[in-house]
Amino acid sequence: MFAQIEEYFRLEKMPHIWCPGCGHGIILGAMVRAIKELGYDQDKTVVVSGIGCSSRASGYLDFNTLHTTHGRALAFATGIKLARPELNIFVVMGDGDCTAIGGNHFIHAARRNIDLNAIIFNNNIYGMTGGQYSPTTPYDKKATTAPYGTIERSFDLVELAKASGATFVGRATAYHTKLLTQLIVQGAKNKGFSVIEAISQCPTSYGRRNKMGDPVEMIKWQKEHAVNVKAAKNMTEEQLAGKFKIGVLHQSEAPEYTAMYDEIIARAQQKVKK
Amino acid sequence: MSNALSQLGPSEIKVNRRWCKACGICIALCPKNVLEADEKGKAVVVAPENCTRCGICETHCPDFAISVEVNRSND
Amino acid sequence: MTEVREFGRLMQGNEACAEGALAAGARFFAGYPITPSTEIAEILAEKLPQVGGKFIQMEDEIGGMAAVIGASLAGLKSLTATSGPGFSLKQENIGFAAMAEIPCVIVNVQRGGPSTGVPTAPAQGDVMQARWGTHGDHPVIALAPVSVKETYELTIKAFNFAEKFRVPVILLLDEIIGHMRERVQLPSPSEIEVIDRKKPTVGPDKYYPYQDDGTGVPPMANFGDGYRYHVTGLVHDETGFPSNKPEMVKKVLDRLHNKLAKHAHEIIMVEESNLEDAEIMIFAYGSVARSANRAIRNLREQGVKVGLFRPKTIWPFPGEQLRKHLDNVKTIVVPELNMGQLVGEVERAAAGTVSVIPLNRYDGELITPAEIVAKVREVL
Repeated sequence: MFAQIEEYFRLEKMPHIWCPGCGHGIILGAMVRAIKELGYDQDKTVVVSGIGCSSRASGYLDFNTLHTTHGRALAFATGIKLARPELNIFVVMGDGDCTAIGGNHFIHAARRNIDLNAIIFNNNIYGMTGGQYSPTTPYDKKATTAPYGTIERSFDLVELAKASGATFVGRATAYHTKLLTQLIVQGAKNKGFSVIEAISQCPTSYGRRNKMGDPVEMIKWQKEHAVNVKAAKNMTEEQLAGKFKIGVLHQSEAPEYTAMYDEIIARAQQKVKK
Repeated sequence: MSNALSQLGPSEIKVNRRWCKACGICIALCPKNVLEADEKGKAVVVAPENCTRCGICETHCPDFAISVEVNRSND
Repeated sequence: MTEVREFGRLMQGNEACAEGALAAGARFFAGYPITPSTEIAEILAEKLPQVGGKFIQMEDEIGGMAAVIGASLAGLKSLTATSGPGFSLKQENIGFAAMAEIPCVIVNVQRGGPSTGVPTAPAQGDVMQARWGTHGDHPVIALAPVSVKETYELTIKAFNFAEKFRVPVILLLDEIIGHMRERVQLPSPSEIEVIDRKKPTVGPDKYYPYQDDGTGVPPMANFGDGYRYHVTGLVHDETGFPSNKPEMVKKVLDRLHNKLAKHAHEIIMVEESNLEDAEIMIFAYGSVARSANRAIRNLREQGVKVGLFRPKTIWPFPGEQLRKHLDNVKTIVVPELNMGQLVGEVERAAAGTVSVIPLNRYDGELITPAEIVAKVREVL
């Protein structure tokens, strides 16, 4: 079945650089399967990434790929999308890339509801630079820059995206690959800003430092701690304690940015004709 | 389920040993214990006949190193 | 752009910049409000959609610069406009544009610095930043107009250089050039040379996005045109993929710099007047050159052999062009609206053969002709 998505890869660039058991390859697979299901024309598909482990994904994919500066992928992608709205754009970011240095661009891209698919590979750590804590590292967890445990509360990316105006927000994990693919497909079909948070595992930095075991145990941890939003409806507070919801977590309607701008062009050209 | 399998013919599970980084995820998640780790921890197919082609190994492999090719005898 | 030829038009500098961009074929602006450049954004917000172009006000200048690069990669000639504080924020992405060779124009309407400084005052304090603002050895072109009309012309030049050499081009105005109004006679569109980026002549399967075709400037395919390729800020080989092999890194950086070195004569534009018999040269650029012109007229009337060397191109620095005058010129006076920045480059170019006298004003006021006359008299 890899043969079915092989055409989307730059095979000469593989194997990839991610560590053994890192969840990023699993999430990338789910994303490519979604693109396959969507049937997008590779020439009209763009993958923009920031800086960090997950952002190396753009190099492995046979699309128009742009590996930008740390935190700025969404701003670069905004320029591409506004310039050529017909392009399908996936923006691959890590948790730090997207919500620390990139936080300002994240909330504004959501507020604008520009048709971009933000896929956040959330492994709760800065992996590329060796394991520093990020805005999604849970409270009191260890990282190279939090040797005594983090003292900061972490973002809930879903709530952040929802509050900023994203019109489709979903969460899945490296374990729930089928759901992840479905969410990416649904997000891509949403004509507006779509955010998919993909919980990933970083055995090398986060897992080792926080004694979460090997990749198998980390991916099983995802299975045991994720609760589908539908199931969660009839679960008590206690049952939900320590768990996180997955599935489609927010959907709303709002005009899409580039569509609105096309109306501005029509109006402006009307005015000039008079 | 089982007669459907026979019609499809034997599945062929391929492991790309160059890409496999021996994380053990496929071995652990395979519901039918089709796979085992060799001395390097890399996945080896030990019981192909048990394979139900669920694809969990392939979709959960971080390295794109395992795939389940279905030889459709009647295609 | 309305065709008004006989009487010309009363136009503001920032407006001329916006009109020049449109005339050059710019169809994308991303920026952020900042005095004294905001008029450029306001005019383009109105005019770009009229010609099917796109305008977006981003959440900060970093995002503005990023969106400009994205739009250019998608095929639209793109610009941003800012002033000191925003120019500082844009530096990292300007470096990205230099490394990934993405054509774009960055207008910096300079104001009093540092920091919030004197927002409504003219200054030339960002000149070295225009060269070295972003980290690492990187190619950059910087132009500085002296009038509203020349702002129009150099904006077009900026786009042509950006497209031709696939490099970020910085247009250095200051608050005076940006805000003053002059009657200008604009050329009709047919008279304007517009250069577009060189397109690939081979098919996607043979296309190497960063392969030197002999000119040093690789042909550029736009995202979405069927040439799927990779763009990154990491040093990359001709395939566009990262490479950190020492010989490759050196080869790429040499090519990036040779793009400009090889075409220096075309890129470096200088106005030289009254220099044939001059013993004293006034090296002035931007709004200060206006005062220098008046000072030279006064001094010439009093028999002083003084002339003007005005770089329109600040970077690459016109050292060679300057040295040509050092047979007859004995003293160079360098008036600048800063504490002395480009004067260092003049000294380097003169290499001790003539005396180089700075004249600095950094209090937010323009250097007056009288001050230049007085300084010249001092050094006679």
